[in-house]
Amino acid sequence: MAEPATLFDKIWSSHAILVRPEGATLLHIDRHFVHDGSGNAFRMLKEKGLAVRRPDRTFATPDHYVSTLSHDLAAINEPHRRGVVEDLEANAKAADITLFGLADRRQGIVHIVGPEQGLSQPGMIMVCGDSHTATHGALGALAFGIGASEVAHVLATQTLWQRKPKNMRIVVDGTLADGVHAKDVILAIIARIGTAGGVGHVIEYAGSAIRALGIEGRLTICNMSIEAGARAGMVAPDDTTLAYLHGRPYAPTGADWDAALAYWGSLPSDADAQFDREVHLDAAEIAPMVTWGTSPEAAAPITGHVPDPARVTDAARRDSMQRELAYMDLRPGTPLAEIPIDRVFIGSCTNSRIEDLRAAAKVLDRRRAVVPAMAVPGSGLVKAQAEAEGLDAIFRRAGFEWREAGCSMCVGMNGDLVAPGERCASTSNRNFVGRQGKGARTHLMSPAMAAAAAVAGKLTDVRQFSTRP
Amino acid sequence: MEPFVRLEATAVPIGVPNIDTDQIIPARFLWRKRRDDWGQLLFHDLRFNDAGAPKPDFVLNRDAYRDARVVVADRNFGCGSSREHAVWALYDYGIRAVVAPSFGDIFFHNSFQNGLLPVVLPAERVAALRAVLEHSPGSKVAIDLEAQTVTGPNGAVDRFDVDPFRKECLLAGTDDVSFTLGHRERIVEFEKAYEAKVRWL
Repeated sequence: MAEPATLFDKIWSSHAILVRPEGATLLHIDRHFVHDGSGNAFRMLKEKGLAVRRPDRTFATPDHYVSTLSHDLAAINEPHRRGVVEDLEANAKAADITLFGLADRRQGIVHIVGPEQGLSQPGMIMVCGDSHTATHGALGALAFGIGASEVAHVLATQTLWQRKPKNMRIVVDGTLADGVHAKDVILAIIARIGTAGGVGHVIEYAGSAIRALGIEGRLTICNMSIEAGARAGMVAPDDTTLAYLHGRPYAPTGADWDAALAYWGSLPSDADAQFDREVHLDAAEIAPMVTWGTSPEAAAPITGHVPDPARVTDAARRDSMQRELAYMDLRPGTPLAEIPIDRVFIGSCTNSRIEDLRAAAKVLDRRRAVVPAMAVPGSGLVKAQAEAEGLDAIFRRAGFEWREAGCSMCVGMNGDLVAPGERCASTSNRNFVGRQGKGARTHLMSPAMAAAAAVAGKLTDVRQFSTRP
Repeated sequence: MEPFVRLEATAVPIGVPNIDTDQIIPARFLWRKRRDDWGQLLFHDLRFNDAGAPKPDFVLNRDAYRDARVVVADRNFGCGSSREHAVWALYDYGIRAVVAPSFGDIFFHNSFQNGLLPVVLPAERVAALRAVLEHSPGSKVAIDLEAQTVTGPNGAVDRFDVDPFRKECLLAGTDDVSFTLGHRERIVEFEKAYEAKVRWL
């Protein structure tokens, strides 16, 4: 009998084309996503005189630089930004790569589009020149972000050289309380293990609380694996995965579906498989989370307080906490639920799927935002679905701007920026210094918590908001 | 790619953990092309004030560190976004090696692709090295990739591990693509067998 193996081990070994004696492995890549930040990689390819080797395995959509006010190309009024979107369309056309372009309802944030189209499937190795590629691991794939040179390598060869990371398992058992969502789970995990806690590892999320999540919640959790330093995050495929995939445009059909089911069923980690590191969390102990600092590990339950650096014994940690609080303009001991905010952003590859918009709309129904706020669906199809359900009307009535799909204010590359000194309640993934704009102050949280913050004008515990029938 | 063999150069200590790639190169500059000069944008918002003048308190703006070619950083350096532009900014500025207790994974991979050597040493050794550099600003560190050693200004020698494949590529200055294409037959053979099994791809 074969050695017991993890989900990650199985995917890795089935994609190893060759292994050098010292361990570097040449991996086959099943799917490669490119976006409007991939221009330099296409130029590298051209400079080497090489063509895209497998356009059939490569999919393109513009997301980082697109205007969320309108999807007319002309709406990108800054020529350099418009240029990178035009470059993507030209590169895709020249190489015969499938493009979900600005005029296509399937366009959206690449990590929303992949799962939505059924392109992301169990057992695959998927890469993209974006650190949040781990998102696709929610479908039971090994998916990770790469830089421009590696994007060029994949375009040229459909392979990648990697050393095998270690196995880590994070088990979340129990039941999540009302008002506690996938975003709270991943923020609680990162607060526990730290932003470097997963470095050199691929994380498998397991346990009854993870099993109970839909694919959309799992996507949120896997999405932020990089914020825990991990190479990738993944969840073993189960009935939820199959139900999600069935009937999606790029999912297998007929006899292929049956063959796929047999293969996917062999993927989950063997019962006696060994993990290099295990972490356990009790789902019932997780409260709605918010971040107070400039690193995702600076997260705490909304019932808590801004921590006091003076109580930290480690000098380096104390210095770093003081720097974070100075940037965030927060005083130690302040209740987190008393921090006023200036703006709300609901969107990003972490939280712009239909479930996210539903959770926010539930809180916003028949209520008003007291600060400027915007909702940015993750794809044209998510937007259409939300509109079919009347969610756009709820957002608009609450005073939210209802925008077109794109990365938007998570990273501000399209000009959707938080002003210097402004404090933003955001459903995105990074609260780094300057991430949402120079001098911007970001508090990360779930869509329900961001909606509650919009109504209260401050960080607030969504559990105090009754959702009306 | 320029080979990295041995380097003796001024080292700059940056003792802040979790320096993310947004800080190394802010997102608003990323539309530029690789051939542009990224060095002038390195650590832009830490290095320059709103008027574009150098901030005197930022370490790279101090005379002693101006020609630094080595950064001695803290844990999780280069975390966050996959932007390779962070490596380009360091490289174009003149940095050829970063020593730290840990790195963001993608930054770590990107470094090797561009002739920038990321060196992992134990946290206490990196902290000791930063202390020496802070005490004697402008002093030099020697990094020998062949021998896998870092020699501090006080003569302290630390050995580091490096992936032999990455070491070979860096010593020779070769990039992966041409190497990989040398294995084209193996790749095609693999794909044939794989696609016969996973035929719904």
